[in-house]
Amino acid sequence: MEQKIDEGLRSELQKQGIWVTSMQELYNWGRRSSIWPLQFGLACCAIEMIATAASRYDLARFGGEVFRPSPRQADLMIVAGTVTKKMAPQIVRLYNQMPDPKYVISMGACAISGGPFKQGYNVLKGIDRYIPVDVYIPGCPPRPEALLHAFMDLQRKIDGQKLTGAGKADHLKKTQASEFPVPEFGEHDLEPPANPQIFHPPEIEGA
Amino acid sequence: MTPEPYFFLLIFIGVAFVFPIAPLVLAWLWRHFFQPAKPGAAKNATYECGVESLGEAQVQFQSQFYLYAIIFLIFDVESIFLIPFAVAFTGLPIGAFVAILVFLLLLFEGLVWAWSKGCLNWAK
Ligand code: SF4
Repeated sequence: MEQKIDEGLRSELQKQGIWVTSMQELYNWGRRSSIWPLQFGLACCAIEMIATAASRYDLARFGGEVFRPSPRQADLMIVAGTVTKKMAPQIVRLYNQMPDPKYVISMGACAISGGPFKQGYNVLKGIDRYIPVDVYIPGCPPRPEALLHAFMDLQRKIDGQKLTGAGKADHLKKTQASEFPVPEFGEHDLEPPANPQIFHPPEIEGA
Repeated sequence: MTPEPYFFLLIFIGVAFVFPIAPLVLAWLWRHFFQPAKPGAAKNATYECGVESLGEAQVQFQSQFYLYAIIFLIFDVESIFLIPFAVAFTGLPIGAFVAILVFLLLLFEGLVWAWSKGCLNWAK
């Protein structure tokens, strides 16, 4: 939706105590101020996630302290830790069971690429092979501040999502899938090893 | 003019209806105009911590478990006695020491007996 009201007029009105908003802004404000993460820790990174939620770093300041034990009530999946191949189908299934709109933060080297265990036969080389990731946090483990930063990035992203028009947010489009195929255990690896619709690794030039 | 005293009840009933119904109507409108519903096989499936659910929820535990439960209970109680015994070990008079040894022996005999009876094998 085009911004109908002039920014200057808006701030002028605001000074007089009149708040002008739009449906989209209200909607995004509500969503970004109450991102409920799925309570879901996988490895050492989860300890940092727990610290972020606890009083010292206080994720509650951003409206994200309500860690939900059920995907039905969660908006955000923080993939915090090493994803083993045994665990990957469960993660995809949990993601599928979350209601739209849903977001994913890939926390730490492990969730991004397998991290220090990349050579391991049983470690998935990045959760973005199966589910779309919104924010990546590098680090091993990322500090709680980094998670907070990712959280704020996500809030910014939510803030920018359009409610109507051609560029509206994906979860509002009828055609956009909200479920992704759950990988199966194959003979040597997960089948398929990556979801080609989602996984677009960067191409190395000249390789 | 005094207002009808029961008029407030009417207001409360009205509020009691509107309060829960309004969010439902709003959610329905939202779905209708903005965000299409996207049900799916996995989304509608039973939530079992991400694992595919198997079978029924109302399963019965086999009665064979009671043997394990009883043996566990006995040794659980034994460990409660063993801790003060271990703490006070160096200061114990010989009588108390013998008493606790007898107690241990009884339990040990019980275990041997249960074992030889085949209680530790899973009965089909
Ligand atoms: S990225 Fe490092 S800290 Fe995080 S789960 Fe992997 S090994 Fe642990």
